[in-house]
Amino acid sequence: MNVALKLRDPTAETSPTRRARLAPPPSIAGKSVALMDIGKARGSEFIDRLEGHFRKAGVATRRYRKPTNTKVAPTDLLQKIAAENQLAVIALSD
Amino acid sequence: MPDGLPRNVLPSDGFVIVAKHDCPTCTLVEPVMQSLDRAGPLAVITQDDPSFPSGVGTVIDDHDLQRSFQLKVETVPTLIRFKGGREVERTVGWDRAEWTRLAGAAAAGDGLPAWQPGCGSRSVEPGVHETLVARYGDTGLKARTIAVGEWDDPIEACFERGWSDGLPVVPPTDDRILRMLGGTERKPDEIVGLIPPNLAPCTVEKVAINAVMAGCKPEYMPVVLGVLEAALDPLFVLHGLLCTTHFSGPLVIINGPAARAIGMNSGVNALGQGNRANATIGRALQLIVRNVGGGLPGGMDRATLGNPGKFTFCFAEDESDPDWEPLAQRRGIAAGKSAVTLFHGEGVNGFIDQKSRTPEELVRSLAMGLFGVGHPKLCLAGNAVLVLTPEHYKIFKDGGWNRRRIEDELRKALKRPGSELVRGAQGIAEGMPLSFADRMVDKFQPDGLLIVRAGGEAGLFSAIIGGWPGQSVRDECQAVTHEIR
Repeated sequence: MNVALKLRDPTAETSPTRRARLAPPPSIAGKSVALMDIGKARGSEFIDRLEGHFRKAGVATRRYRKPTNTKVAPTDLLQKIAAENQLAVIALSD
Repeated sequence: MPDGLPRNVLPSDGFVIVAKHDCPTCTLVEPVMQSLDRAGPLAVITQDDPSFPSGVGTVIDDHDLQRSFQLKVETVPTLIRFKGGREVERTVGWDRAEWTRLAGAAAAGDGLPAWQPGCGSRSVEPGVHETLVARYGDTGLKARTIAVGEWDDPIEACFERGWSDGLPVVPPTDDRILRMLGGTERKPDEIVGLIPPNLAPCTVEKVAINAVMAGCKPEYMPVVLGVLEAALDPLFVLHGLLCTTHFSGPLVIINGPAARAIGMNSGVNALGQGNRANATIGRALQLIVRNVGGGLPGGMDRATLGNPGKFTFCFAEDESDPDWEPLAQRRGIAAGKSAVTLFHGEGVNGFIDQKSRTPEELVRSLAMGLFGVGHPKLCLAGNAVLVLTPEHYKIFKDGGWNRRRIEDELRKALKRPGSELVRGAQGIAEGMPLSFADRMVDKFQPDGLLIVRAGGEAGLFSAIIGGWPGQSVRDECQAVTHEIR
């Protein structure tokens, strides 16, 4: 990252400056997993394989696809994924 | 040679002049600069126009003011003599005797007046110095830095880090923090107190950072610090107020010359939006609790509904009537002093009475409204602030009633028979314990009703701001008033 600006921390500095990722759920049982094809070549094959693994594990999935791999996903698609699922796999390929 | 200055540009043995074209004295001495250039090593550091002065060999463009800052120049022109790479003497403005003493006959300036004062250096213009310290100096700031990428929006970065109350904050950059710290004489590393709920130490520097984010001006700092110190008074029970499921949050009322000096609003729309000091001082307190104390909604802040005043709730009292005893004086602060009163306020309840014309009528009417605080059948379960507007106050004043009389009469009017208030009375389960059935019951604690004047000239309204049930334990929880240092 090219740093353009430095801010001063307004907090009590009790947590690391690098924000922690969201903790993974203890279990995916009963959850719906979004499978997002970002539009890269052969991405759908990879998503197909993941879908099969989830199905065998009894986990519900929903498929989504970005309109183009060259731009970020549109907001309405991200909101739809968030509304319909608890987890998401954003799959790369090539 | 000062640190950071290129040694190959400024003469080790010779003269440096710092000047700006916009300065009449600098243009006056342009021939002197030309003469000095002919006489010996000279570099002119020019702040605003690289083509000025003409006829001089070494002119250094100092648009970014780095060299002026590092040479600690406050006035232009400044003539500095270097020897062996070190500054040995300097003079400011134009003074023939001084210039010739430093630089000899070449600096005589024949035909010029003997003396003319200089102008301020651009490097010490308001707001500029702090930016230069942030860029080229030692800020002395202790808070850790958070990097923002060149393609990232710093305001969004503040949101993402959870530093915001939901509204955009001003990104806390070093120059802004230094300017904010310039608003107080207190040392940046002084600890103001422990901020609940995490009881985290809060330095003056952290206060300044959050004040920047809230949008404060530097001159608000003494008030912000006073507000925070009052909020940390154990009698105010800030921790409990934060944790409560009740609506309440800190209500800030400012009295005295500080409120007028920083332009606080005590008039039209005093409890509303639009005044920077009112809006940002209250917000700064909330941001400090959020960021330093870790008091987050849904975390330790367990409010069932909260209220919009938890963004900010701060106003000044109207002290324009010399007959009126201001709230702070009523609560023990000497006249002429500035003070903050903090109350656990739940929000504004508008009170309308456009028919009362005598103090007696209005006090009965106000009491009826005040009985509604919390619940009409609950007494001693939380206090209130009554904000008297000019038109309602005029009724009292015309009747010869001052603050003390209004307080006394309201106290009498705010008593009700316990038989009407106990649980089950009037077919309503809520109410006072049955033990109150045979006595008259006060609505509020003895000093639990705070009366303050504010508001626009038109409107036969007043405002009732309910308190917090925590105030029912009078020895442990009350409104607090502190002098602002």
